[in-house]
Amino acid sequence: MRLEPKPAPSKLALLLYPAGAVAVTLVITSLLVLAAGASPLSVFALVWKGAAGSQFALMETLTRATPLIFTGLAVAVAFRAKLWNIGAEAQLYIGAVVTVVLGTGTLALHSGLLLPLIAVSAMAAGALLLLGPALLKTSFGVDEVVTTLLLNFIVLLFVSMLLEGPLKDPTGLGWPQSQKVIAEAQLPRIIQGRRLHYGFVLALVSAVVVWVIMKRTALGYEMRAVGHNPEAARFAGIPVNTVLMKTALLSGGLAALAGFSEVAGLKGNLTRDLSPGFGYTGIVVAMLAMLNPLGVVVSAIFVAGIFVGADAMSRAAGVPSYIANVMTATALLTMVAAILLSRYRVRWR
Amino acid sequence: MSSAARRVGALMSSTAGSTPPGQPPLAIGHPPLEGEGSRAPVLRLTDITKRFGPLVANDQISFELARGETVALLGENGAGKTTLMNILFGHYVADEGTVEAFGRPLPPGDPRAALDAGIGMVHQHFTLADNMTVLENITLGTQSLRSLRSDRRAARERIRALSSDFGLAVEPDATVASLSVGERQRVEILKALYRDAKILILDEPTAVLTPAETDALFRTLKTLAANGLSIIFISHKLAEVLAVSDRVVVLRGGRVAGERRTAEISRGELAALMVGYDLAPSPVKAIRTGPPALILENVAVRPRSGMGFADLSLTLRSGEITGLAGVSGNGQAALAALIAGMERPTAGDIVVRSERIRDWGPRRALGAGVGRIPEDRHAVGTIGDMSVTENVIAERYRSGRFSRHGFMRWGAARDFAEEIIRDYDVKCPSPEARIRLLSGGNMQKLILGRALDGEPAIILANQPTRGLDVGAVAYVHGRLVAARDRGAAVLLISEDLDEIQTLADRIVVMSKGRLSAPSARGERTVAQLGELMAGHGLEAA
Repeated sequence: MRLEPKPAPSKLALLLYPAGAVAVTLVITSLLVLAAGASPLSVFALVWKGAAGSQFALMETLTRATPLIFTGLAVAVAFRAKLWNIGAEAQLYIGAVVTVVLGTGTLALHSGLLLPLIAVSAMAAGALLLLGPALLKTSFGVDEVVTTLLLNFIVLLFVSMLLEGPLKDPTGLGWPQSQKVIAEAQLPRIIQGRRLHYGFVLALVSAVVVWVIMKRTALGYEMRAVGHNPEAARFAGIPVNTVLMKTALLSGGLAALAGFSEVAGLKGNLTRDLSPGFGYTGIVVAMLAMLNPLGVVVSAIFVAGIFVGADAMSRAAGVPSYIANVMTATALLTMVAAILLSRYRVRWR
Repeated sequence: MSSAARRVGALMSSTAGSTPPGQPPLAIGHPPLEGEGSRAPVLRLTDITKRFGPLVANDQISFELARGETVALLGENGAGKTTLMNILFGHYVADEGTVEAFGRPLPPGDPRAALDAGIGMVHQHFTLADNMTVLENITLGTQSLRSLRSDRRAARERIRALSSDFGLAVEPDATVASLSVGERQRVEILKALYRDAKILILDEPTAVLTPAETDALFRTLKTLAANGLSIIFISHKLAEVLAVSDRVVVLRGGRVAGERRTAEISRGELAALMVGYDLAPSPVKAIRTGPPALILENVAVRPRSGMGFADLSLTLRSGEITGLAGVSGNGQAALAALIAGMERPTAGDIVVRSERIRDWGPRRALGAGVGRIPEDRHAVGTIGDMSVTENVIAERYRSGRFSRHGFMRWGAARDFAEEIIRDYDVKCPSPEARIRLLSGGNMQKLILGRALDGEPAIILANQPTRGLDVGAVAYVHGRLVAARDRGAAVLLISEDLDEIQTLADRIVVMSKGRLSAPSARGERTVAQLGELMAGHGLEAA
């Protein structure tokens, strides 16, 4: 088997690769479903029904997709410049901490003023959190995969400490949780009675803004150039280190918005299980989208649908909802293979 | 030489027993041909066609190679030489056509089969592991897992014997990282011979060698051919092709443009065959040298790798091409990096048009009016996965022409790319094409366009024609001369003395991080320059 480089794929082909990856994922997971003693078709039908079968299901899926859009964008932005930010989880939690600190009555402002202020502060905190690993990378060549990954655990422990100490809700019956944010610091619901909140709109707007940055601005051009060939970028006079810093700030800020949106829009307070790995799932989302910011929205909704649908399915079909984790993991692997195939042609013989 | 032949015969027969089963025993003196006699070709390519999308890289190419024969494959960039060799070597699969080695068809797409059939390739870019020894590099992939130690002793003996027989002097236990380019190439050739190659393919082997190393290589090739090895010599340098080959196959636009016995063709005919039209020699104009454009005053550079220099001074004047000759690895890379802004001086001053410049860097260099043509087109000159447009604006995307308030003006960028494509005669499908799909010559023309379009006052041309064909070389030379004529100060760094002597108005030689006194065109003989390159008789510049 040999790999031959091939010309850039067409726009249509770019859509076909993720679609193919998803199809292969479904085939592979059906084998697991069969092994669990259920019929794949009915299981997938149940997943679909649970994810998009009703207005309620769809709203739940979009709610779940909201943090994934933010972390997916964070990863897409960073990976485009080959800044391997594996720490979206930590940045998410820092964003959530800032939201709770500023939103539980510290500042008494009108919500039209308070929400933007909290959002910007959360972004700043997440941005600064990623700036450290980025500086270590540019100054000392420290691998950011290691530093950002380890920061996830450090930050989670830091959050635990806060929840047992300064941020602990005195009325929380001893549970490690923070106070609820005040009404002015809450993102309103889009439809009365449903959980979907304006964080989703913010996520869509962010995706468009990031798309514009990547496609239309000098910064986006610089980020792509640095990602493809830092040496040539430096030769051409692009300030590589500065670009990496800006990338880190943008990426960290986007991930922190996930924490802001989860607390201010959905949960109301901070707990240690605020994120069931949204930061890590963001990597899958970004890869499925082939790092395209608008694609991130689609792939985040897809991945969220799998999770939401699998929950409903497992209740009905008796197949463990862990199948959702297997599906997303498989989707990541097949997508990585698909990206390879988009650049190389395989010759058997 | 006959003693060498005998020793090789003995050597080969002694190792024949140790070749793995399934591999034909090697006999350079006695090829395993049955009944066909020694006239039968060892290699036969029949109607090879290879397409990459709409591009036909190879179009019905056929040729044969006889035992002990050296065939030169001559052609411009993009003529299809490398594609053809990749097909032969199993890296690509031909869409049509067959390859036969020693009368047996070679299965397509299988480099292992090519190796087993006795085809060895020395690539333009070496494929050696820098941190391993010569011995380890040569034996890599040939040893069995067991009995490593005894293999090692036998291998060392065999390498010694091969290297002394064919003039491929190299120390088996030296680390590859410590070797010069010429030595590395010898290791590559030894690697092929060690694997019992009977057909040796060399892709642009002289691109990285000094004149003396080139001569040594040619002597080696003659000895190998005399011992029955068949050689394919890929080149676009006419003089070399004439010096080394028995027969020339000229490729043009993916087709065989002609096939001649070397003894029966002149340089001019060959050039015409290759480019498809007659090349006029470039006229030499009277030059008027202007004021100093760039002065390096007692500068020192300590690069992270390779040779640096200290206390170096150099003045580049407007309207003058300064040629910097020297064997690679003597500090030219550091000097080029300094002028390009990739290195900062650790001591000394950079003066551009009588202004001392602080904070030296790539952007500073560009701002000071230095147009740069880097040595490595692929790794430094271009961003392979970005489009032609995105590449040509890389040095000036911040100007008002291409961006405003942080937003790119892609329409203007595309217009500029089309301008460069037209003005610099670049062959490419569209400004949106990824630049890595372009041939070396076209890539270089784009870089040239990018560097020269703003009419820079100072031009750094580092190995600007390395790996290019005659047509592209003439084009690059013409552009540099034109820039000089309009008053630019040009520094031409080249390992090709011919190039320096043709173009440079003033020549300095760099050796061990020091510069010789300059000499005017024609003032020093090749021998004298060679002495300086070897580090003899260096004076302060």
